Amino acid sequence: MEALENLGVWGSILIAVVWSALPIVFILLYALVTLYAEMKIAAHIQDRLAYMRTGWHGTLQPFADILKLLQKEDTISSAADRKLFRLAPYVVFMGTYGAFSAIPFSSIYIGSNIDLGVFFIVAVSSLVVVGILMGGWASNNKWSIFGAMRSAAQMVSYEIPTALAILIAVMITGSLNLQDVTKFQEGGIHNWVVFGGPLPLTQKLLLIPFTLVTFIILFIASLAEVNRTPFDLPEAESELVQGFNTEYSGMRFAMFYLAEYANMFLVSAVTVALFLGGWTSPFGSFLSGPVWGLFWFIGKCLLLVFLQIWIRWTLPRLRVDQLMYTSWKVLTPFLFVCIFGVGLILVL
Amino acid sequence: MNGSKTLLTSYVSQPGEIKTSSGKTLRTDEMIINMGPQHPSTHGVLRLEIVVDGEIIVDVIPHIGYLHRCFEKHAEHMTNYQQVIPYADRMDYVAAMNMEQGYAVAMERMLKIEVPERVEYIRVIMAELQRIASHLVAVGTFGIDAGAFTPFLYAFHDRERILDLFEMTCGARLLYNYVWVGGLSHDLPPQFIDKAKEFCKYYRPRIKEFNDLLTYNEIFVKRTANVGVLPKDVAINYACSGPMLRASGVNWDLRRDDPYSVYDRFEWEPQVGKGEMGTVGDTWDRHIVRMREIEQSVNIIEQALAGIPEGNVQAAIPKRIRPERGEIYARTEAPRGEIGYYIVSDGSTTPFRVKARSPAFVNLSVLPEISRGAMLADLVLIAAGVDIVLGEVDR
Repeated sequence: MEALENLGVWGSILIAVVWSALPIVFILLYALVTLYAEMKIAAHIQDRLAYMRTGWHGTLQPFADILKLLQKEDTISSAADRKLFRLAPYVVFMGTYGAFSAIPFSSIYIGSNIDLGVFFIVAVSSLVVVGILMGGWASNNKWSIFGAMRSAAQMVSYEIPTALAILIAVMITGSLNLQDVTKFQEGGIHNWVVFGGPLPLTQKLLLIPFTLVTFIILFIASLAEVNRTPFDLPEAESELVQGFNTEYSGMRFAMFYLAEYANMFLVSAVTVALFLGGWTSPFGSFLSGPVWGLFWFIGKCLLLVFLQIWIRWTLPRLRVDQLMYTSWKVLTPFLFVCIFGVGLILVL
Repeated sequence: MNGSKTLLTSYVSQPGEIKTSSGKTLRTDEMIINMGPQHPSTHGVLRLEIVVDGEIIVDVIPHIGYLHRCFEKHAEHMTNYQQVIPYADRMDYVAAMNMEQGYAVAMERMLKIEVPERVEYIRVIMAELQRIASHLVAVGTFGIDAGAFTPFLYAFHDRERILDLFEMTCGARLLYNYVWVGGLSHDLPPQFIDKAKEFCKYYRPRIKEFNDLLTYNEIFVKRTANVGVLPKDVAINYACSGPMLRASGVNWDLRRDDPYSVYDRFEWEPQVGKGEMGTVGDTWDRHIVRMREIEQSVNIIEQALAGIPEGNVQAAIPKRIRPERGEIYARTEAPRGEIGYYIVSDGSTTPFRVKARSPAFVNLSVLPEISRGAMLADLVLIAAGVDIVLGEVDR
């Protein structure tokens, strides 16, 4: 790296490009793995086998799927707003990809170690809803508009509980910088924020009920943020025939898919960094270090992604009014109580 | 009628004008959307024209006829009364055995013939197996419409075993041509009884598993309870039948109330909706009635398998059936309700007229009545609760 820096301006540009391209490489690899994993997990939940023919246990199937999507005709309906229609998938993906820049993958790798890391992620990932609204509107299809409107209402509502839950973690750790938040939790599983953080014992024990509830609520809210079951109303295939992406085909459709998978990882990453110790090892200094950090971080995130998949293939879907009810009348009041409780304990 | 209105007051639509804070008036309007004929939740080629106010349904107009295959006209042009049976199969293709049985019962009453006891037992076993298979499709797709995909595959896994039994018996898995006028096309294969007993033993615990997975799931209950309430009087006025009618609290089952075959020899009970999770006659009641009927069917099958007599499977009837001049209406209990055949004979070898009264067609007519004021997402569940098979709606 130093050799590159000696090259002057061009060297630093090269470093910047490589540095910022790492997340997209990761997202693509991760999407392939998760695509395969989701189908396999779904199949095993449903007592069947899923892909078995393409490669060993169907491992080449994701590649085949992507090839198929690449070959598909890219149709745009005549009534669509062509510019917005083309733009929408990229806006959705951009929101997700932008947020990856503040994710602390390891103690040495974070795209941009900004002090307002969490805030940045919450703000940038809100772009996703703009893209979805754009796609639904530009499609000029009544079902798509339904999906887009639902999506807008849903994401805006669920941003409140998400932000409040994040606030609680920030109150405990005292920082918005995700690297600092992670370092705060170093030293083993008992120091994670979900278990009260590395605070004096009495304080810690008092905190645990609040942090556990907050963690669960953040996980539920993150399901809604990424439109996964039981909150998959915007794309409810049995009601809205895929909702906002009904009219999309080929690579544009794949972009939506990619963004959804990347988003699943993103919300898990935020949860992991704030509550599950980020890249720190659960065994204190054992198996810790930059590379192990990467392993732990991605491992924890994939565990949460697995949970999301598990829930998706088990539960039915909520109705619009029930979705709003859950957000405003259940999750948000609980979080206010938690904020009050945590604040009180921290002051004592 | 009043029941549904009071329950859903919070949904009552008010299109009109909205005053903004700056004093301007914004006009809101209803939107007409078209659901189907190609839509994953219309269970075939049903087209629903929906008038919505936001997500709230103001009116629903079902348009049918996309799968019309002239069953009744075809039946008049057969060379033989037996040849109608494959067409009857294709009406309710999810419950073909029951369709055949209805026709056979009607014809036998017209000809005033008694079929051998073994035939009646086999018909009961087949009809009840088919009822389970059909209800499994109903509850499985109900899960899909609620957004849960897994229960569907659980249901189809078990349905597969029933279809295997049918395949073993008559070689077909969906459209059997097995129940003939005066008997059956084949006798049971020798290993059938053991396999069917094995199935009953395997299947009983699976009912509980399915209930745990879907029926009593909190989200599912929230989605279906108090949704699409069909009060008793409305159900009777619209001539609903089958699980749809029973879920509304009317204890009416043709197997008991207009007896045919040997159902009176077995211990079983028609299941009625009790409104455990909400109101009597809501969508959840329709689901649970189907689940409980599955259990009752397993009971009947087990008893029938234990008591099946030996004997011939063909009554002595001529190759060319030539009924006397006259008419008959006979009705039997299909999984979706009352399947009635009205057959007119002019004394020749072909029917002069065959009219089928199909249950889902009649049940579907109540759909607009129970979905007004519900939300778009509810409509999908209400339609799934009616459990339509378009082959039989359109005939």
